[in-house]
Amino acid sequence: MSKKETTYSVNQEVIEEKEYSTLNLGPTHPATHGIFQNVLKMDGEIIHDAVPTIGYIHRAFEKLAERRPYAQITPITDRLNYCSSPINNMGWYMTVEKLLKAEIPKRAQYHRVIIMELSRIADHIICNSVIGVDTGAMTGFLYIFQWREKIYEIFEEICGARLTTNIGRIGGFDKEWSKKTWDLIDTFLKEFPKGLTEFSNLLERNKIFMDRTVNCGPISAERALAYSFVGPNLRAAGVDYDVRVMNPYSSYEDFTFTVPVGTQGDTYDRFMVRQHEMWQSLSIIEQAIKKMPAGAMHADLPDFFLPPKEQVYNNMEALIYHFKIVMGETDIPKGEVYHCVEGGNGELGFYLISDGGRTPFRLHFRRPCFIYYQAYPEMIKGIMLSDAILTMSSMNVIAGELDA
Amino acid sequence: MELLEIVNNKLKEHFAGDIESAEQLYDYPVFTVNKDKVHDILKFLKEDETLNFHFLTDLCGMQTADEKQLGVIYHLHNMPKNYRIRLKTFFDINKPEVATATDLWPAANWMERETYDFFGVKFKGHPNLKRILNVDEMDIFPLRKEYPLEDQGRTDKNDSMFGR
Repeated sequence: MSKKETTYSVNQEVIEEKEYSTLNLGPTHPATHGIFQNVLKMDGEIIHDAVPTIGYIHRAFEKLAERRPYAQITPITDRLNYCSSPINNMGWYMTVEKLLKAEIPKRAQYHRVIIMELSRIADHIICNSVIGVDTGAMTGFLYIFQWREKIYEIFEEICGARLTTNIGRIGGFDKEWSKKTWDLIDTFLKEFPKGLTEFSNLLERNKIFMDRTVNCGPISAERALAYSFVGPNLRAAGVDYDVRVMNPYSSYEDFTFTVPVGTQGDTYDRFMVRQHEMWQSLSIIEQAIKKMPAGAMHADLPDFFLPPKEQVYNNMEALIYHFKIVMGETDIPKGEVYHCVEGGNGELGFYLISDGGRTPFRLHFRRPCFIYYQAYPEMIKGIMLSDAILTMSSMNVIAGELDA
Repeated sequence: MELLEIVNNKLKEHFAGDIESAEQLYDYPVFTVNKDKVHDILKFLKEDETLNFHFLTDLCGMQTADEKQLGVIYHLHNMPKNYRIRLKTFFDINKPEVATATDLWPAANWMERETYDFFGVKFKGHPNLKRILNVDEMDIFPLRKEYPLEDQGRTDKNDSMFGR
């Protein structure tokens, strides 16, 4: 389909006559890694304008949450950014704990840090290897993906699930991690640096890769802030905003790490920021293991901790708590909180209003993807179609988070 | 000085009659403001030199418990000083109109469309106010409390003993 557009001068003389063609990219285009539709106005292979349509996998999470007890909302958060579900889970728990004014033991907090940094690595592996695939380098993707598999094995050992984890509890964890979990983490920490170095050597200074990504889909720091960019995408533009440093949660203030920033805000910078964040995450995990304090794995919140089975059968109180938790009859105090964590894509926020009942009165997810994806048409204006695909994958737009 | 006081003093100075309440809720100072002045207040908060809330963290809608009012909630952030505040404004559900913030932050564009999509809040001056996540043909605003999630006509399920 094509349409003519004519530019006139003041005297109605024809200055330029151009014919644009309309291209429907998506909703299920193999190159876009997810269900995204963009109606592109093309001038040859140059993109002149783009109109994104979203909502193809909208699942009404905010409405669903209004009928669910608090513990049952965790599986919903899994399905936001499904590349790093544990971060979403922990963010949700911390929101409820903030409302309850609960104090979480340091040991549980450190465990949370380990699990969140592992999932950050998994998230960044996906994003960066897919940037490689979109530039034509399948090899990096195939090699580095085995490390994502190793991370999922760790998750599986802790909670039994791999992708949509529903890991932990409100108040901490259900039990101590097994010895096998720690063995898997140790092996991962020992072996992953080799894999990541190999991946870096393959792409970071690769001439073809750099030609494709440097200056591809850039955004300035001012525009990025105006569009409420967060996370690696904002840092690539040169703003060192990281929730872990700005508003430390879950004992992040105990660890030393640097916040990598870029300068150009282009695809290469976004790639490099994520690359360096993986090294930082590794160092945080090592610090957390080294400093691991003794203590309990769960806060003193019997309302959210399923008692052991033998106690349920022999102890009246345990039976009551068991029933209340299973039936979702735990009331939460009145109040409203906003809590944010540094997710794989940046500030993931939970705005929770409770009216004192068993379910939230209103729950809103601040989904970073949804907010920064609206800058996409501006970022791809005037670049080639193949670079637009690359820009999208480097922004790490996850359909689940975008559409809620 | 507490952030609540700092912002409250500034706002009182310029918008004396339009601040309906100012309170500290957990770690956030929360201000409820007059809906006719919300754009001016946002503009002031963004452009004032000491406050400089240059970053729109979040914008979402809500309905009050009595179901007669709708509200819009803004989360603002000043990154260099790490100030974070929440701004709320409420209006009648039969006349849900409020000024847009898209001229201050382009990021507000989709967030306002989402609020319109789910609550039917009409943002005056918005460049492209149409549904974003739901289908265009939808004729309800699904997050309003008058649309219950489950079919209320169900007879096979009795929850009355649980008080719901």
